[in-house]
Amino acid sequence: MDNAFTFFAQQMLNGLTLGGLYALIALGYTMVYGIIQLINFAHGEFFAAGGYMGVILLSYMAGAGYMDTHPWLCIGFSLVLSMLYCAMLAMAVEKVAYKPLRHSSRLSVLLSALGMSIFLQNALMLTQGVYDKAYPGGIFGAPFEIGGVIVNYMQLLILALTAGLLVALNFLVFKTRVGRAMRATAQDKVMSALVGINSNRVISLTFAIGAGLAAAAGIMVGFYYGSVRFEMGFVPGIKAFAAAVLGGIGNITGAMIGGFIIGMVEIMAAAYIPYGGEYKDVCAFIILIAVLYFRPTGIMGENVDDTRV
Amino acid sequence: MAGDTILELKNVAAHYGRIQALKGISLSVREGEVVSIIGANGAGKSTTLMTICGIVRASEGAVHYAGQDITRVNADKLPRMGLCQVPEGRRIFPRLSVAENLDMGAFFRRRKRRIRADMEMVYEYFPRLRERRSQAGGTLSGGEQQMLAIGRALMSRPKVLLLDEPSLGLAPIIVKQIFDIVQTINQEQGVTILLVEQNANLALQASNRGYVLETGKVVMADDAASLLDNPDIRKAYLGE
Ligand SMILES: Nc1ncnc2c1ncn2[C@@H]1O[C@H](COP(=O)(O)OP(=O)(O)O)[C@@H](O)[C@H]1O
Ligand SMILES: [Mg+2]
Repeated sequence: MDNAFTFFAQQMLNGLTLGGLYALIALGYTMVYGIIQLINFAHGEFFAAGGYMGVILLSYMAGAGYMDTHPWLCIGFSLVLSMLYCAMLAMAVEKVAYKPLRHSSRLSVLLSALGMSIFLQNALMLTQGVYDKAYPGGIFGAPFEIGGVIVNYMQLLILALTAGLLVALNFLVFKTRVGRAMRATAQDKVMSALVGINSNRVISLTFAIGAGLAAAAGIMVGFYYGSVRFEMGFVPGIKAFAAAVLGGIGNITGAMIGGFIIGMVEIMAAAYIPYGGEYKDVCAFIILIAVLYFRPTGIMGENVDDTRV
Repeated sequence: MAGDTILELKNVAAHYGRIQALKGISLSVREGEVVSIIGANGAGKSTTLMTICGIVRASEGAVHYAGQDITRVNADKLPRMGLCQVPEGRRIFPRLSVAENLDMGAFFRRRKRRIRADMEMVYEYFPRLRERRSQAGGTLSGGEQQMLAIGRALMSRPKVLLLDEPSLGLAPIIVKQIFDIVQTINQEQGVTILLVEQNANLALQASNRGYVLETGKVVMADDAASLLDNPDIRKAYLGE
């Protein structure tokens, strides 16, 4: 009994960690969709690019010995730099691959996004190689135990960072003028131009924020699993997309909730369903299909509490 | 009363794809005036305003505002130049609150205290908006949305205000309120007004001058009083 509870609590902790990462990626899908009604299939690649930028910077700093003297500073520095790098990458992708198609059919833009995804993944493979790249280890010390639940500091860092980013994003979108301009642009582009909002800038900013969050997730995944791989953006990308649809695409709170649900379901399936570990990747897709079938607007879809962009 | 010409269209044409909506419109508005554009549904009134604001691009001709050629200026640059439109159908941001909608009207302004003071002024003009300031714009009634749309435009401290069918779909008592405020804005704040209306009687009574638009062309231009007396106009637009 006691054992069963500790086991469950352990799974909850793991599910929360994974879910937070999905939530961070899902936000990019949902925000971009909210503003220009595009499913940005290249979004998973920003997550991968962030993971790689992280490993490049961290390895360099480890080589120079800074990782031993100032580990937290190094982590913070590479996190911020990777987020900035991916933000710029995403703005460039938008300018090159989406902006010229602003007035074309939605299918053209979607195909352009698919093409971008393939391009970015191959660029990563050609420049960084086909093998896994290891994250520097041993920074976070030994895990500790609370009532039988094994907690490690890295997991705590991931949870804290995820929570911090989610709160910061909510503040930005719902409490600042820039956020108000983003929501106004999502709701009516002609009217937002008539009040003086430059929608191109708002669209750029939206891509930048979404990619920055994905990059943060990429680094955390690198630490969590110990390494990154050029194709790492694909599966988490689709799962996060499922999370965004589950939450109601275009809805920020929805993407967060959707991310946590998918992460939780995946971990629970692996823990409680016989051979679940082998099938856990399927969960997100089953949920995606079920949502599209039974409630295409998602949990926070229209007419529920309005936290759409 | 009227000063220099502040807004001028010279032979402006505009197209939607291959459909020509404006076929060489020329008109001018002087500082301090209320000028109305009347005409039947589909005459090109809204297109004229959207072309002035750079949302629709003029395919021929030129638009001058405050001594500048704004024909190719991007729409989002105009509010800070003092040119502002309340478009047809109000276009309230439905999922922003009333206060947030008003704040968006002052998007390009930076001085918080003055913005706050202007928001107070809008709430004085339209006390209903103050009561509903935290409500989502999309949940307001048609009349309240029109008040909000005008209030949002005032938040930019416009020199010239373009108003597209402010009376559309509103009860007569609300229409009167709105027109009273429009005249107050013109007289007390000196805002120049270009007013588009299908309700010609109402518009001309509130205006100094008027233009009559038919299928993308100006067919008549005169003082508002003369237009109101003109038998052809009375027959065609005033329902006599
Ligand atoms: N977005 C559009 N696409 C195509 N045609 C349009 C569009 N908007 C208006 N039109 C056409 O342009 C003409 C003028 O329309 P409009 O300016 O809206 O007239 P009004 O405001 O006087 O009723 C009409 O024939 C209308 O059908
Ligand atoms: Mg119209």
